[in-house]
Formats: sequence, C-alpha cells, structure tokens
Amino acid sequence: MATVELRELRRVFGDVVALDGIEVEIESGEFLSLLGPSGCGKTTALRLVAGFDRPTSGRVLLGGKDITNVPPNRRGIGMVFQAYSLFPNMTAEANVAFGLKVRKDPREARSRRVAELLELVGLADAAKRYPHQLSGGMQQRVALARALAIEPSVLLLDEPLSALDAKVRLQLREEIRRIQTRLGITTIYVTHDQEEALSISDRVAVLSRGRIEQIAPPAEIYGAPGTPFVAEFVGTMNRVQATVGDPERGEVEISGTGVAVAAARGKMRGERVLLLVRPETVGLEAATDGGGLVGEVVSHTFLGAVTRLHVDTGTAEWSADLSTERASALPVGARVQINFPAESAQVLSLGETEELPVIDPDDR
Amino acid sequence: MRRWIAPGAVIWLLIGAAYFLIPLVATSVYSLKSNQTGTCCTLENYGTIIHDPAFWKSIRISFVLALETIVIGLVLLVPTVYWVNLKLPRLRPVIGFLALIPFVVPPIVLVVGLLDVFRGTPDWFYAKPYGFLVAAYVILAFPYIYFALDAGFRAIDVHTLTEASQSLGASWRTTLGRVILPNIQGAALAGALLTLAIVMGEYTIASLSTFDTFPVYIQYVNENQGYPASALVLLSFGITWAAMVAIALVGIGRGAQTRVGGA
Repeated sequence: MATVELRELRRVFGDVVALDGIEVEIESGEFLSLLGPSGCGKTTALRLVAGFDRPTSGRVLLGGKDITNVPPNRRGIGMVFQAYSLFPNMTAEANVAFGLKVRKDPREARSRRVAELLELVGLADAAKRYPHQLSGGMQQRVALARALAIEPSVLLLDEPLSALDAKVRLQLREEIRRIQTRLGITTIYVTHDQEEALSISDRVAVLSRGRIEQIAPPAEIYGAPGTPFVAEFVGTMNRVQATVGDPERGEVEISGTGVAVAAARGKMRGERVLLLVRPETVGLEAATDGGGLVGEVVSHTFLGAVTRLHVDTGTAEWSADLSTERASALPVGARVQINFPAESAQVLSLGETEELPVIDPDDR
Repeated sequence: MRRWIAPGAVIWLLIGAAYFLIPLVATSVYSLKSNQTGTCCTLENYGTIIHDPAFWKSIRISFVLALETIVIGLVLLVPTVYWVNLKLPRLRPVIGFLALIPFVVPPIVLVVGLLDVFRGTPDWFYAKPYGFLVAAYVILAFPYIYFALDAGFRAIDVHTLTEASQSLGASWRTTLGRVILPNIQGAALAGALLTLAIVMGEYTIASLSTFDTFPVYIQYVNENQGYPASALVLLSFGITWAAMVAIALVGIGRGAQTRVGGA
C-alpha cells in the first residue's frame, strides 16, 4: 500500500479554476473522502490522481514518487466509476479478469484471483452473467472487484453509489468500508453525500470552489466545523448571526438578548460572529415571562425517533430536535424559550464584509 | 394471446407491399419469356446470363470494390469517430457537415473533380477500378459509415469505458481492440451493409470513368437484350441480398454475446 500526496495541485479550465492549489497527504491504508457540492473540484482532484487529466500546476506523489506525468495505464491505481463502466461485451468474470489479462497473468492464477474477488464482493454465483443481466448494485460490486483485481496501490471511488437506490446504497457502502479495512488499501472516495462521507471515512476533506475548507476526522467535521461553509454543508445546523457581548464571561448577544456561549471567550467585544448550534442540542420550553430567546413554533417535521420543530424568533429561524413525545406538548403556535448548553455552541468570526455562504439546496 | 391487426392497417400494408412487389413480379414474368418468340415460360434468359463470362467478371469486380470500400471506410472512420467522441466533441458538427457533402455534390461533379484531382497518379491506381473507383466510393460511403458509427458510439459510454480500461492497465490499442470495437460492432456492420448496397448499385461514377462494374454491365445488357435484362435484374437483386445476409451472419456470429446493456 502507498501514501498519496497532492502538492499545490491546481487545475484551470479556461476561465474556471476547478482546483485552486490543494494540499493533501493521505496515509497508507487511510480512507479519505472528498466531500463537497457539485463543481467544488472533488472529481477533478480524483481524476488528477487517476491520471485521466493533467494538473495546470502542482504534483501528485504516489508512495513518495512523482507520478504527475505517468499515463493512467501505468499508475497501478484502481478506479470505480459512477455507473456504466463495466464492459458490456464481457461477463462479470471477464470484466474482473480484464486487468489481469492485460498484464498477462497466467491463466490459472487469473481464474483463481477472479473467483476469489467475486467471492469477496459476494457475487460468486453471477460470474457468467453479462452486465445487462445484473442489477445496479451488482454491477458496482463487479466494478469494485475488477478495480481490486490488479492489486492497486490506491483505490479511487468516484461517487460509486450515487446511481443506486437508498437501501442498496447503505448496504454497499458498509461493504466497501469492510473490504477496504480488510485489504488495508489506501482509498480516496468522492461524494456529495455528507452522511456517506462521515460514515465510512477515516478523514473527510470538505471542498468548496476548488479549495479545501477543512480536512479532519468525521467527528471533528461534524462537531467542530472549521468554516461557515462546512457548518452549513455538513449536517443540519442552526446558523445565527450574533455579536460578542461579554468576552470574559463568554456571552453573545442575539438581537439584544444575552446568551451564554463558552466559545465566545477571548473574542473581541462587539465582534460579529456566526453562532452554530446543532438542532439536537437545542432545548425548548414553554415560554414564561423571564426573558431569554423566545420564539413561536411554526412547524413540526416528524423524523421518527425525534421531531424537528421550527421556531421563528422574528430575526432568525431555529431548528430543534425533540423527542416526539416532548414535541407534542409544544404545538404549532406555542410560545417557546430556546436554550442550549453553553459548551455545545460554536462561534465563527465573520469578517466585516464576508457574506454567508450560499449553497445550492440540491447539493445538501 | 394472439393480437389482431386492425383492418385499416392491413389495407395500408397491402398497398405498401404491392408497391414493392408488383414491379418484382412483373419483372420476373417478363424474365421468363423466350428471347426469340416472346412466349412464356422458359428459363433460357437466366441461362444466357449465367453463361456470360462478363456477368461473373463484373459482379466480382463490384463485390471486391465493395469489400475494399468497407475496409478502408472502417479503418479510416472507426478511430476518427472514437477520437471525436472522446476528445473533440466540438468537431462533431463539422464532420457531420462534411459527411453531407457526398449527398449535395452530384456524382457527375464528383467524378469530373476526382478524375482531375487524380490525373497524373500512377496507372495501377488511376486506370484500375480497385484504385480510382474505391477512392470515389469511400467518399460516397462516408456519410453512411459515419452516421452509423456515430450512433453506435453515442449508445455506449465511451469516456467511462475508455477510462476504466486504462485504469486497468490497457494501452490505447488494447482499449480500442478489446473494449471499444466489440461494443460498436453492430454499428460498423450496419455501415458495412449500406456501403455494400451502394457500391453494388453505383452506376454514374463507374460508367463515366469507364470501368465495367456490375451496374454498368446491367445497363449494357438492358440496352441490347430485353428479356435477359429482366433476368439479370432479378439475379442482381438476389445476389445483393445474399451478400448482405452473408455479412450480417458473419457479424452476428462474431458478436453473438454482444449487447449494449445498462443498469
């Protein structure tokens, strides 16, 4: 297995900067996801690693060796595509055997390896079937087996589950992780689905506009987003503009109401900040006249174990996840007080002119 | 359950069939009349044609011309269409436009132009049908082969298949030979059949450049012998069909398991 390093990688198409000098080091055996909305540069980055495209500047290192100018068929990198990548004229077996045939493995070793891999992806029975006789999920399993057959030093997956239906997607993603862990293969996984990225990766790199916003383990990406973009893109987040009130005590003001936020300590008094609070940490109580953050329940969304309540405070809309039982006590129209633990909220500095990130709702 | 065809459809079907069949039937009745007495029914006209060495010679020339045109056309166009679809999609309209030129330029203009262009080339090319005529026929066949291939390439995911093949270590040649070609075989076959039909029936260019191809021979017989000409037309009809079926069978046999599939 090998490390992968992307050094100052930049790719420009005409006037469009697809990748703006990204810098990533992927450890041997690590599972890294590139996560971001469409057009963020994640697929461009993957294609540069695969060798299907050349960077405008910067280098790609594989196991410490510069492979920037090595053609894709000499890189020894396995790749799984979104869909329709199986050779339609070959059976599942022949598809898996293709790479081995190209490098002229002897026949017996080849058929042993093919059987072993089809077994690994759970398709030993489908060896003789043609791609059009396989379901979408089965096709992707064959594609995975085919990519792994050549014992690549790195495995690249380009949204391999995006064309599948929800149930198959869930099942296959766990299996990909299981196989990856078992083989210990360095893996780069491109997706726009944050849940997918968070659930199977060792680390996640969130990309936006050709730059890496944050690269960290999933828990950190979710729990401590480094930038407003990450906060907005990953998971559901209440994002409320506030000003730092009392930096010593850790207090911010939201439209005139003081709220305790531990993370505000050490900021400058009067600084504009973005307050980030996960809905699951927000508590609601029927409002008394004791002040605090007060709003009106405007809607309920039933999510199974919890119900998400949307609360309008007049200046912002808050989401709060309550147990369905507790939520029923706060019907639409109820006046509620919003609380959250002082330690649970994040605070990001907003520059004077910095705009809040705008994300295409379809990308979330 | 058996599905019934609507009576209205049957009428149209009959009209359509009559349109194609009546001339054939009339020709075959005519071909059975005696060349000397004009009475029915004898096979002597067929005998006359089959025993004419010029018949066999011209049909052989046309058939070889067709095969040559097909091979050259495919060798030129398969890699071209592959590359245009893969790397230069912006060139597609340009090539589509070029492909229309053989339809727009009348054969008489084409042949005069070509004779002029190739004047001074060596005799083995200029004076032989297998040289000059093939050059002209490749141009005539260009649109048929091109549009058939283009449709075939657009039906498969050229990019993904190519990249998948490369990531598995295959060179360009291996990719084209083992991955791309088997999946556009049907399209190539369609282009080949159309080319065969065109070359077997092309008269203007062959006649103007004075080569004795099969259509030129048909025209010659037609001018000189009435009844045998009908027999010849039917024979040519049968032979062309047989040749197409033969090519189709070869293609289908080789591509028996080929299917363009998806999820």
